[in-house]
Amino acid sequence: MIPIALTVNGVRHEREVEPRTLLVDFLRDDLDLTGTKIACDTSVCGACTIHLDGKAVKSCTVLAVQADGAEVTTIEGLAADGELHRLQEAFWERHGLQCGFCTPGMIMTGVELLGSNGDRLTDPEIRRGLEGNLCRCTGYQHIVDAIHEAATRPAEVTR
Amino acid sequence: MTTQVAEQTTSVIGTRMKRVEDPGMITGAAKYIDDLKLAGMAYVAIFRSPYAHARIRSIDTTKAAAHPGVVGVYTGKDFEHLNPLPCAWQATGAENFVATPRALEIDRVTFTGAGVAAVVADTRAAADDALRLLEVDWEPLEVVVDVEQAVAEGAPQLHEAAEHNIVMDWHCGDDEATQRALAEADVVVEQRLVNQRLLPTPMDVRGAAATYDHATGQYTVWMTSQCPHIMRLLMTAFVFGIPETKIRCITPRVGGAFGTKIFLYPEYVLMAALAEKTGRPVKWIESRSENYVATTHGRDHVTYVKVGANRDGTITALDAKTYANLGGILSTIAPGIPTTLYGRMLSGSYRIPNIHCQVLGVYTNTGMVDAYRGAGRPEATYVVERVVDLVARELELDPVEVRRKNFIPPDAFPYDPGILAGLSYDTGDYEKALARALELVGYDDFRAEQAKARSEGRLLGIGFSTYVEICGAAPSAWIGTAGQGWGASMWESANVRVHLTGKVVVTTGTQSHGQGHETTVTQVVASELGVPVEDVTVELGDTLGTPFGYGTYASRSAAVGAVAVYHSLQRIKAKARRIAAHMLEVDVDDIELEGGRAYVKGSPATEKTIQEIAAAAALAYDLPPGEEPFLDDTYYYDPPNCTFPFGTHVAVVEVDPDTGEVELQRYVAVDDVGKVINPMIVDGQVQGGIVQGVAQALSEGAVYDEDGQLLTSTLMEYPMPKADFMPRIEIDRTETPTDVNPLGVKGAGETGTIASTPAVVNAVMDALAPLGIRHVDMPLTPERVWQAMQQSRS
Repeated sequence: MIPIALTVNGVRHEREVEPRTLLVDFLRDDLDLTGTKIACDTSVCGACTIHLDGKAVKSCTVLAVQADGAEVTTIEGLAADGELHRLQEAFWERHGLQCGFCTPGMIMTGVELLGSNGDRLTDPEIRRGLEGNLCRCTGYQHIVDAIHEAATRPAEVTR
Repeated sequence: MTTQVAEQTTSVIGTRMKRVEDPGMITGAAKYIDDLKLAGMAYVAIFRSPYAHARIRSIDTTKAAAHPGVVGVYTGKDFEHLNPLPCAWQATGAENFVATPRALEIDRVTFTGAGVAAVVADTRAAADDALRLLEVDWEPLEVVVDVEQAVAEGAPQLHEAAEHNIVMDWHCGDDEATQRALAEADVVVEQRLVNQRLLPTPMDVRGAAATYDHATGQYTVWMTSQCPHIMRLLMTAFVFGIPETKIRCITPRVGGAFGTKIFLYPEYVLMAALAEKTGRPVKWIESRSENYVATTHGRDHVTYVKVGANRDGTITALDAKTYANLGGILSTIAPGIPTTLYGRMLSGSYRIPNIHCQVLGVYTNTGMVDAYRGAGRPEATYVVERVVDLVARELELDPVEVRRKNFIPPDAFPYDPGILAGLSYDTGDYEKALARALELVGYDDFRAEQAKARSEGRLLGIGFSTYVEICGAAPSAWIGTAGQGWGASMWESANVRVHLTGKVVVTTGTQSHGQGHETTVTQVVASELGVPVEDVTVELGDTLGTPFGYGTYASRSAAVGAVAVYHSLQRIKAKARRIAAHMLEVDVDDIELEGGRAYVKGSPATEKTIQEIAAAAALAYDLPPGEEPFLDDTYYYDPPNCTFPFGTHVAVVEVDPDTGEVELQRYVAVDDVGKVINPMIVDGQVQGGIVQGVAQALSEGAVYDEDGQLLTSTLMEYPMPKADFMPRIEIDRTETPTDVNPLGVKGAGETGTIASTPAVVNAVMDALAPLGIRHVDMPLTPERVWQAMQQSRS
């Protein structure tokens, strides 16, 4: 077992983990943050996407020990002070989700994609930007619409 | 946090209302099966057959059992006392040779991925580690994967009773009349069509968890399901042989299913049995690779079709012989898909006077095949829509004109196609949807544009699919034992309770797995009762305390489930009027109930709100004589007919003459699903369905090698669409309400998948027409199209 310390959604955690533990399993099993999903086991689907030190990464491609000292944001940490992130609002408004299983990963990738110039994103840019996230229900069109919609809303204070 | 779902608090049917289920899903709070944690829970890993056909000589569990953290290791012999799983739908009018899975297979396996042993351990990692220590002595047997080889002389026999591996030999229509009409036709077009096997791929894989109470003999089983009441019925009555009351089935949020979670699976049974054996709560979640080998697959037909027509394009006869690959063993309703839901829909949207269909259900050493989004109707639509194009090609007619010539006209409804075993298409106006689609795609100009492109050596094509489908299953007397082979009924239940505070709780037996049923049903309740949307709660997915219901599939949750709710609401309203009349001291006939208020006709200020009436009903201090307290009603709705949505889909493609790559340039969909409850939700259903159907046309396909190994066993090999797969879909609708139910709704969950596949294939064949290419089997990958182009050029 290896000791690690990391900050997740603003809360510091110190735990011991098996070296082989994936970050996604650590978040889900050890910290009970089950909003982050697993859907492929081969790092294809993006359901496990989180923010690691501000960058969207697939948490099944990271060992928990590699996240030692890192700042992690999961879907549970995206809504600040009870206010939904503008992309969460937009997914809701534009019907960007059906079964909701890919949604946490899709939103975490989308937040990074929005960045600072989301209003200038074209359809093809958004579609290419989402290539690491799979959705079986929506056919993606309403997800693309949601990202456009979010770009028209005022950005929140970056955390 | 804002959770306002609609600007108006009492939404009406037909409005775009944000979904009530979304707040949990966009914040990570929604709980799916793998999010379930029970105190003291142990984890289960399943050892699966690496062979497609093999005898199990022995299984040595010693090393695995000794692994740290292992609670127990079990094999099929430990569950010999449990019955095999039932096959609940057998093709009617044919002899069915049924072989179904057991909790764990005991002697022999017939497909790669069949479960033969289970490890229960304190952690998931320990269970997975111990799995690798199991030693199985296998005797590999001869394998057959191809459906036509499986029925040939000398093929290995998978199940003793099923001679030549034939599960059933099913017919519908009039063989003799059809052969006669084919002989008399001006032209006869023949084609072999392969509808390849697909991996449904819901993002949320299957899983189950269970507890057992030794004191009461009570099991609780959590499972990914589309129909928890059916799960309970099949487990108790057929597998365990115990009363229904001894098992409670709970379905948490389901992250997509597309048919695959209708079925009772061995692992669900196994979890209940393991909870009993180990005395601990247990949970099993499959990996994606397990999902691909052990969850049901879809489609997999080989069809030989002959169609006869007059020179003017009038189709006079259609004869189809279909080999339906059902896998190594039968899933819950496998034989029903290629028969009732396929053969009986081969008339499509056309008046075809002579139809005959033969379906051979076949065992092969492959995974189980059962319903996948559309379930039988995509296969039927593919056959019909492809042959209409082939007839047009043969006669050098415009495929649109051939469709028009053969359409069932609007005044012919209800229309009996002669092969629907007594049902008739409810309502339709096929020309209207076609005309709108042609207008949207600009068909008047397209052929000129195409001629210009062709003169430049470019391969531009357009394809149509003017489909009709059957959904809203089904009248019980038709689908049930006496009729179409499904061994039960197919009505739906609804219970509506208006609590003392005026808050409404609705339960129904349908089970949302992404479609937004809570929202749709909330809209029906809010509209009918005039209560705010926020005051309605829809409860699904728990057999405890809810009336029996048949679940969600065949696009039945609006056309059957929501209609059950509607009927229950009418009885609630009738009772509310009686109580209001008593409260206002007028005759009940003088009471008007609308917008959440009961008032005296001509004196609208004299009123009681629905909340006041609910309180009076619940408190029961002063009710009309003989009136039962409380606004509570349960309705069991058995529809008189199925519903038949229709529409026109159009695809425009360009094929790269050098690489064979297909570029889908435009996609237009005009659907008619009857009345629409929430247009936003219907758009989402249509879009998602279209992408799944287009994926079959262009990229997806399960591939087995000749040894029965699934080569497309992860998402790295199985090319499900990514976000850049296709262009923006152009959607419109016509609205022809059904007369089958008072809401006028037909069903919208499967139209996209049913319609889109042939539209795209027809477009590619139209693009390839200058090369003389008539047909290429799906998926139309660059490689396949390139091969076809090379052949035609040489």
